[in-house]
Amino acid sequence: MRVTRLGRPGMNEFQDRRAIQEIVLKARTVAIVGLSASELRASNFVGYYLQRHGYRVVPVNPNEEHVLGEQVYPSLRDVPEHIDVVDVFRDPAAVPEIARAAVAVGADALWLQFGVVSSEGARIAQEGGLEVVMDRCLKVEHAKLLGRMHWLGFDTGVIAGARS
Amino acid sequence: MDEEPREFGFNTRSVHAGQRPDPYTGASATPIYQTAGFVFEDTESASAYFNLQEYGNVYSRIMNPTVGAFEERLANLEGGVGAVAFASGLAAQAGLFFALLEPGDRIAVAKALYGGSTAQLNHLARKLQIGVDWVDMDDPDGWRRAVTADTKVLFAETIANPGGNVLDIGLAAAVAHEVGAPLVVDNTFATPYLCRPLEWGADLVIHSATKFIAGNGTTIAGAVVDSGMFDWSNGRFPSIAEPSSAYHGLRFHETFGVYGLLMKLRSETLRDFGAVLAPFNAFLLLLGLESLAVRMDRHVANALAVAEWLRGQAGVEAVRHPALADSPYRGLVDRYLPAGAGSVFSFDLESGREGGRRFIEALSLWSHLANVGDTKSLVIHPASTTHRQLSDEELAASGVASGTVRLSVGLEDVDDLVWDLERGLCASRGSAVPA
Repeated sequence: MRVTRLGRPGMNEFQDRRAIQEIVLKARTVAIVGLSASELRASNFVGYYLQRHGYRVVPVNPNEEHVLGEQVYPSLRDVPEHIDVVDVFRDPAAVPEIARAAVAVGADALWLQFGVVSSEGARIAQEGGLEVVMDRCLKVEHAKLLGRMHWLGFDTGVIAGARS
Repeated sequence: MDEEPREFGFNTRSVHAGQRPDPYTGASATPIYQTAGFVFEDTESASAYFNLQEYGNVYSRIMNPTVGAFEERLANLEGGVGAVAFASGLAAQAGLFFALLEPGDRIAVAKALYGGSTAQLNHLARKLQIGVDWVDMDDPDGWRRAVTADTKVLFAETIANPGGNVLDIGLAAAVAHEVGAPLVVDNTFATPYLCRPLEWGADLVIHSATKFIAGNGTTIAGAVVDSGMFDWSNGRFPSIAEPSSAYHGLRFHETFGVYGLLMKLRSETLRDFGAVLAPFNAFLLLLGLESLAVRMDRHVANALAVAEWLRGQAGVEAVRHPALADSPYRGLVDRYLPAGAGSVFSFDLESGREGGRRFIEALSLWSHLANVGDTKSLVIHPASTTHRQLSDEELAASGVASGTVRLSVGLEDVDDLVWDLERGLCASRGSAVPA
């Protein structure tokens, strides 16, 4: 049997290329839930990268005070500014509560990183009017569209013969 | 931005994937970035590149934009998330196994395998204390019998060299995944045009890009393509999932997810092996991939025509082309290789070792040469060349008869190829060679 290589079963609804593109291009402020102060953690790699590419990164983590030079908030509900994207690096079990908070603060999108899979969280955010992306990396999607990921031999899916 | 992103076809991607018109000069062909190093914008960027926090060029032993264009194009055509190119197919293979295996691990490998790969695995096994379990890939229970609790990799060729055995990819993948090991497939003979093993459950594909990908016999090159689908954090691959002592404690799989193995392969293995692909060679491979589909259609048609002609000739004992109607692999070809089974196959002369020598000597158009997958037609007689030191009994054990001849059918006119083969067959039988 041929194997579908588009992601885990039932997830394509939350990996829509057009939705991903729109979030990456339009977002300015990204709240990263579970942003670690350790430079070896994936969340720190993503936060660092997004800052370098002009996004405002708002760390959300009850265990830290300052990460990547930014004030850390204990929860999404404490963030005193509009959030475009809530980017989640947490245990999937924590996602439904994060999704409820994302709806409550009026965020535009809920983005669940690689391995952060929660159909309940996705449903809550979707019903609250948020765009949802699941099991994808915000850094990777940015690097495919606008970045230099192709220099390291990764497939970006970009096909173009016209000069950009 | 409201337009639905298009899914482009194979031919379009062969020509365009991995390459964009150069934003600075407008160059349409991929520039050959013939440079060892790259100047950093500032100290912050430099450390971000070294820390892998940002995608950037550092040094051409690790990455190069021309090589990157080839890697992306090949990954795109195979349906992988990315690729790492190496200086040769054997370097790619050694690099991948070095990255995946630890002393004491075992690897299950199809017995029907390119001789150079067999020799390399035996060598790696001895030096790195890896156990190799050889598998009869034609036996439906072969893989299941070979795997043990220590098996970390299953490895085979899509179409085996030189026997033409066709791998049941789905079956091998199922056994691999039952024991939590990746299936690695050498797709050199099929190319992504004829078969994409990742779509059938294989986890990694390796290539000798020297063959049909380069296409013109100009370039030695190899690559590893990753599906991104294997779970390296299943407890069996600490070198990928646990903090790496060779990269300041980084956990490659956790940090880079589906890209973790490729990041490790590039930033550790390629860095340490140094078997890097040259930018000029990557440029030639990009040209090769642009015409892959049209070349492969002709290779396939020519090879089948030659195989069918050979089957009726005096002095020919057996023709082993997997797409022939009476081949034992016909069912697997229909499933995995519907557009054709490539253009490398072997046949046996009745006249044995001496007849094989006379056959080769009488040919004037076919090149007697140890390569395959060229636009030119190539021929080799293993018993008098690559396997010369073996007795007839040892030859038979390695799957090669004393009269076995391997052909790599090129893009010439079939009539001309057959004309030359007829002269060779006459000589092999000891009859007069027609003018």
